[in-house]
Amino acid sequence: MSADTVRGAAPRRRGPVADGLTMTRRHMAHLARTPEEAALYFALPIMFVLVFGYVFGSGMSVAGGGNYREFLVPGVFAMTMLYGMGSSGSAIAVDARRGVVDRFRSMPIARSALLTGRCTADMLRGVIELLVVLMCGLLVGWTWHRGIGRMLLALLLVLALRLAITWIGIYLGLLVRNEDAVGGIVFPLAFPLTAVSNVFTSPELMPGWLGTVSEWNPLSATVTALRDLFGNPGVGGSGWASDNALLLAILWPAVLTAIFAPLAVRRYKALGR
Amino acid sequence: MAADHAIAAEGLRKRYGDTGGRAALDGFGMTVPFGTVHGLLGPNGAGKTTAVRALATLLRYDAGHAEICGFDVARQPGEVRARIGLTGQYAAVDEQLSGRQNLVMFGTLYGLGRRRARQRADELLAQFGLTDAAGRGAGKYSGGMRRRLDLAASLVRVPRVLFLDEPTTGLDPRSRNQVWDAVRSLVATGTTVLLTTQYLEEADQLADRISVIDAGRVVAEGTADELKARLGGARVEVVVRDAADLPRVADLLARAAGPGGRPEVDRDARRASVPVADHVAALTEVVRALHDAGVTVEDIGTRRPTLDEAFLHLTGHRTQERTDAAGDGAVLAGKGRAA
Repeated sequence: MSADTVRGAAPRRRGPVADGLTMTRRHMAHLARTPEEAALYFALPIMFVLVFGYVFGSGMSVAGGGNYREFLVPGVFAMTMLYGMGSSGSAIAVDARRGVVDRFRSMPIARSALLTGRCTADMLRGVIELLVVLMCGLLVGWTWHRGIGRMLLALLLVLALRLAITWIGIYLGLLVRNEDAVGGIVFPLAFPLTAVSNVFTSPELMPGWLGTVSEWNPLSATVTALRDLFGNPGVGGSGWASDNALLLAILWPAVLTAIFAPLAVRRYKALGR
Repeated sequence: MAADHAIAAEGLRKRYGDTGGRAALDGFGMTVPFGTVHGLLGPNGAGKTTAVRALATLLRYDAGHAEICGFDVARQPGEVRARIGLTGQYAAVDEQLSGRQNLVMFGTLYGLGRRRARQRADELLAQFGLTDAAGRGAGKYSGGMRRRLDLAASLVRVPRVLFLDEPTTGLDPRSRNQVWDAVRSLVATGTTVLLTTQYLEEADQLADRISVIDAGRVVAEGTADELKARLGGARVEVVVRDAADLPRVADLLARAAGPGGRPEVDRDARRASVPVADHVAALTEVVRALHDAGVTVEDIGTRRPTLDEAFLHLTGHRTQERTDAAGDGAVLAGKGRAA
């Protein structure tokens, strides 16, 4: 055994950023080692666009008029980010249940590395998801009409939503520590959350109270802001929430992240009981 | 506590919220000098894993004090983690990565640098006979391969103190010998090893000293030979034809064993036995005494104590509570009796 460089009481300390990036690389390696799983995963937004754009879309109308697929694509951005909660949650649940986290915790590395690495990897996934939706949208006739600057700002709002969703997912995964249970919670939660929002249809077309709930839905804030920034039809709405969609599209993710990131960190630390 | 010990612990207590008030660690303590192998021997649920997790900074203990290489486990966990390696009962590797990817990742996290980490990974893969499987996902490895990869991961940076928590439980004899060889060569380079096991034989093979743990505390400590001597070393055992003879035989065994010899009697098996110091002399004396007393004997012999008896002796209860006579018989039948 070549003990000279390998042994040593005081190893080189790398710091939390380097450790976190190593963990990020680990998660991306998972993605690369299971290409069929990744392909299925990234096919999800394509399916959303095709199924809702063509199958249901023919029966849908946009409040204030306009092309339904132009109306739909901003919603698909938000919906795709929401479903990312499942992958974030189950990945961390697999980690927490298996012994590998014990090894990480017994090593001289930053305690934060596993969570920051997970979060960074999920944000990278979020960028890929976002590009898939973007390409897919362009193919079905969606586009942005108000310049590249507003378009990029809109994409940042999508990623802000993904950040909040990621931390909720990580917290959930650490809470239940069972990847199947994560799916069992996320999907029944995600469906009504998207249905009672402005992803598929305008709140003003819903019965009174449902429309109000839909308008205040965090997803709706992002989607309304996106439609506005892209210049897509159906921005609509007359309530405070609709009028201040851009503000809410920043506030909601910020608040959710501020709540769930510390909760997740606390949960992670509690693994040592 | 002196810093010249690799491991020093005293009075460790840990109570889980959900074990109905029973303490997982109840005043656990041990000292292990540098460069030695210390066995932690005990049945399932005795607290072995809890002790290892507490010493390896994975579990906060409620009370007590522990030091690894002179660093306080509770207050300087970073310093402790920089010096330890841990291999658990289950393989603590990333099952979605290949064997090589695992070792390179751990090497990178230990600060080896990517080139050195890759080089070290290849060395370890070769050492543990995993070179051919290096590119395969660790989740597809056999149990033995996964355990070897896990041990290799603990050795990416040679630790000052290595915790091995039941490293060979469930392994076939060949894999077990590979693990034992790896432990021996590691100790030869100066690493201190704390090994937990349920097998007396494993502790006997590897450990310089052994602590016997039961209900969260150490009930006996010493070298394997010292412990065996404390267990009474060999036993003389007599099986009689007529159970009515048992009291007489027990008396006679007690006399042969000398002061302090407490014979054990099992009426169902028509068997009496006693620990003895000099088994040849004791056996000769017992045979003569039985002959003089005219007791009809079906079987007589000497044998080493089983782990089960070791626990009975040290703790007053068996490793697993047996209620059926068949189970008891199996213990007797399973151990060789030299008649």
